[in-house]
Amino acid sequence: MKIPVIYNLRSLRQRPVSTLTTAVGMGLVVLVFIAMMALSRGFRAALVDTGSRENVIVLRKGSDTELVSGIGRNTAQTIAAVPFIARGPEGRPMVSPEVYVLVSLDRLTEGEALVVARGINPEAFEVRKNVEIVEGRMIKPGSPEILIGKSIVDRFANTGIGDKINFASRDWTVVGHFAASGSAFESEIWGENEQFMPAFRGEVFQSVTFRMEDPSAFESIKTSLESDPRLQVDALREYDFYAGQSALLSQILNFAAVFIAGIMAIGAIFGAINTMYAAVGARAPEIAVLLTLGFRPFSVMSSFLLEATMIAVLGGLLGCLFSLPINGIVTSTTNWQSFSEVAFAFRVTPDLLLRGVLFAVVMGFIGGFFPARRAAKQPVVQAARQA
Amino acid sequence: MKYLKLIRANLFRNKRRTVLTMCSVAAALFLFVTLRSVLTTLDDAKEVGSETRMVTRSAISIVFALPEAYYQWLQTVPGVDNVTWASWFGGVYRDPKDFFATFAVDAETYLPMYPEINVPAQQREAFLAERTAAIVGSGLMERFGWSLNQTISLRSSIYSPSEEWPFTIRAVYEPTNPSFGDENFFFHYDYLYEKSQYAQPGWYIMLLSDPAAAASVAETIDEHYKNSRAATRTETERAFQTGFITMYGNIGFLLNAIGMAVFFAILFVAANTMMMSARERVNEQAVLKTLGFSDGLLFALVMTEAAVITVVGGVLGVATAKLLFGLTGFQGAGFLPGFEIKWSTAVVGLVIAVFLGLISGFVPAWQALRLPISQTLRRVA
Amino acid sequence: MALLEVRNLSKVYNRDSQQIPVFEDIDLSIESGEFLALMGPSGSGKTTLLNLIAGLDTPTTGEIVVGGENIAAMSRRQLAAWRSRHVGFIFQLYNLLPVLTAYQNVELPLLLTSLNKRERRDHVTTALGVVGLTDRADHFPRQLSGGQEQRVGIARAIVSDPTLILADEPTGDLDATSADEILTLLQRLNEEYLKTIVMVTHDQRAADRGHAVMHLDKGVLTR
Repeated sequence: MKIPVIYNLRSLRQRPVSTLTTAVGMGLVVLVFIAMMALSRGFRAALVDTGSRENVIVLRKGSDTELVSGIGRNTAQTIAAVPFIARGPEGRPMVSPEVYVLVSLDRLTEGEALVVARGINPEAFEVRKNVEIVEGRMIKPGSPEILIGKSIVDRFANTGIGDKINFASRDWTVVGHFAASGSAFESEIWGENEQFMPAFRGEVFQSVTFRMEDPSAFESIKTSLESDPRLQVDALREYDFYAGQSALLSQILNFAAVFIAGIMAIGAIFGAINTMYAAVGARAPEIAVLLTLGFRPFSVMSSFLLEATMIAVLGGLLGCLFSLPINGIVTSTTNWQSFSEVAFAFRVTPDLLLRGVLFAVVMGFIGGFFPARRAAKQPVVQAARQA
Repeated sequence: MKYLKLIRANLFRNKRRTVLTMCSVAAALFLFVTLRSVLTTLDDAKEVGSETRMVTRSAISIVFALPEAYYQWLQTVPGVDNVTWASWFGGVYRDPKDFFATFAVDAETYLPMYPEINVPAQQREAFLAERTAAIVGSGLMERFGWSLNQTISLRSSIYSPSEEWPFTIRAVYEPTNPSFGDENFFFHYDYLYEKSQYAQPGWYIMLLSDPAAAASVAETIDEHYKNSRAATRTETERAFQTGFITMYGNIGFLLNAIGMAVFFAILFVAANTMMMSARERVNEQAVLKTLGFSDGLLFALVMTEAAVITVVGGVLGVATAKLLFGLTGFQGAGFLPGFEIKWSTAVVGLVIAVFLGLISGFVPAWQALRLPISQTLRRVA
Repeated sequence: MALLEVRNLSKVYNRDSQQIPVFEDIDLSIESGEFLALMGPSGSGKTTLLNLIAGLDTPTTGEIVVGGENIAAMSRRQLAAWRSRHVGFIFQLYNLLPVLTAYQNVELPLLLTSLNKRERRDHVTTALGVVGLTDRADHFPRQLSGGQEQRVGIARAIVSDPTLILADEPTGDLDATSADEILTLLQRLNEEYLKTIVMVTHDQRAADRGHAVMHLDKGVLTR
């Protein structure tokens, strides 16, 4: 025989202050959890979205980042000539050799950041499907012109169309802004390879990226490239490469999320335990009546567990509500793995909200367990005497 | 003081409730001081850079090296006493995830400039005498279980990554300043030069004869190299270090926001406890007033009770944090050198605990103050 | 001069917007050393009158002069201080603090004075001795019988040697034997220690223990 849920609902309403303060406490824990996970996921999404499953990125053997890689012109040409590269609309192979360096720029807020400066050829826009110029125009070949990624525009000086930025001892004119669906490319400065090479490291690219004709053949492409003694390269699926670049920081953020939310949860659970014990204590006469009427102790226990869980769910929903405004807020940090500055947005997804509520449910369950058991074990006579 | 027994008796009225609340506060304060210490550690890391040392690096960014030829000219700059250089090696021991800092340095000129690298004279001699020798921080020795005079091999994520570079540990240093970090690895630049054609100084460090001359020295150097192949940017070592710290971005804001959430979450728990216990004691409070306890006295008693709970919990949380991080030697996987819960942070934590108590106790204390005597007594009788 | 003089006393309660008069225009005079019982039907206001005399409440109009001071004109803070020196209150339901021992309960009024620990100990021991509970000093209320609890209540009421002892149905919750003990104790306090006692009661036999009985009925007080 189950105790009707309406009993729990009414009881909660009868002690609004206690119920609300416990719920809000849990809500804050859920908020912190969701916020930190959203940070971690936002970062990971920005990185992961950067790479395509259909592209291969080729680096010098043993390089874990583009920064330390070096591919000479000859090697780049050899790679560009392999047969598994897809062809663009005009029949040209969709391959993009790129210079990659870090440039120190002063932030508009305090401090400096290391911003990625990437050398490209026009093919870069074909190879990378999600990049497009949203303002201004493409760089003219042979000119010291640059494109600025969307997320750089607001955070650094002299990034407007027509402005000049100075680095590597020369002035570069900003001719366009580009977007890349929130990926790491949006935190980069793009210029022409032939202009960047003399300015930076000379006749060497850092990577060669190409679109596969047949993405399912990746393994054989990889083997073919890596076993070629002329080349001395590593080949990775672009998606995997960028996912790997996010590994360290997203692990740290995930760990921090669990650590911080976990400790906060301890506090919230203790609060819930107190609240439920008080509730059980105050309602001893009612419990006695229920037991006398014939409800089984197990039903009493599950009823109180349910009540604790209801408070928790309320808290979880509040936490989710508070976390919604965070979604989409842009922040930036240095990805220490690649040493480069990357901007990304908090990402609150429905599945994260669900996890938040589940987290709350677990807190409520743990908090309600012992008080609920006490309610069930209550000797009927003693309780009745209190009535 | 004489009311202490009364306060204590009230706290023990419901031991479970009091203990759980104290533990809640302890958890919150633990978190609080830990987060704050991340910030203080980063702040202290800025202080490691001395004001008498200056750093010259490529104007483009730190990832670009400088020509070896610069060494000669830099020595001639007025105001500069000594010059040395270092390069980032990107050393990896077995697992790349086990990060630590590796520097190739011009040992003869570098060590005198960095008294922070404190080694016994004998070990220093042994290190200087051997090309493949290394000076390793005591923390790193412990982390990897290395011993003095052991030969270990590292790989470099920058120079020929597939090759193993053997090093013999001839010296172990204890940093004179904890923020300098005890997990750094230094070896001879000459060794790097011998094994790799790409070896170049990553940055130059100069010792100033007069710290006040920093700005003019910087200008002199950067002007000189402005139109060369490798333009420079020169700044005090402190500014250089600070630059790295700012690369973390707005971590301060994030941690403070979390701190606020933690504070409020626990405030609710503590306030709830105080209100629950107040509700049970309404009659007793009326009796106390009958005996002549004034409204103000009762207010103070309730506030004190709340403060005792939060302060005891606070002390517990802060002490646990201090012990835990002290004993485990936590340094944030190398990113937080010298991490510790400082006494100043502990004090801030306790002040917060007191505030927590005062705020959580306020409403029940106010209610106790305003409690009407005869009405309350009549209610129960 | 009488120890306690009540003049033109009236009390009206304001509940929501309604005015509920309890009594109007009461006069009363009590000499030092008297043991007075106050009787009347339920709801007649005897507890209200007692509370007013005790300074637990303020009258709507009138004066309450105790030992020359008009307490009706005092502020809450002044009344609290006055109560601690002049009133010993005994409750029907004892109202001991369950978290304190008998000793600590009796000590409570003394915490409001400037007596040091040793002096307080002397007073408490004496008070517990008078009520015959010296051997129960370290027991908690839940470990005492009803009669014993009330005796602790009486000890608490006399420990600071107050001017007035006021008792609200002191035997209302006790069995006949314990009630008898309590009343005997009160008589002793009055005859041996010369304490002035005003006791509200239902019970005629309890009322007979005193010097005189007053009746409060329909707002009228008769001696």
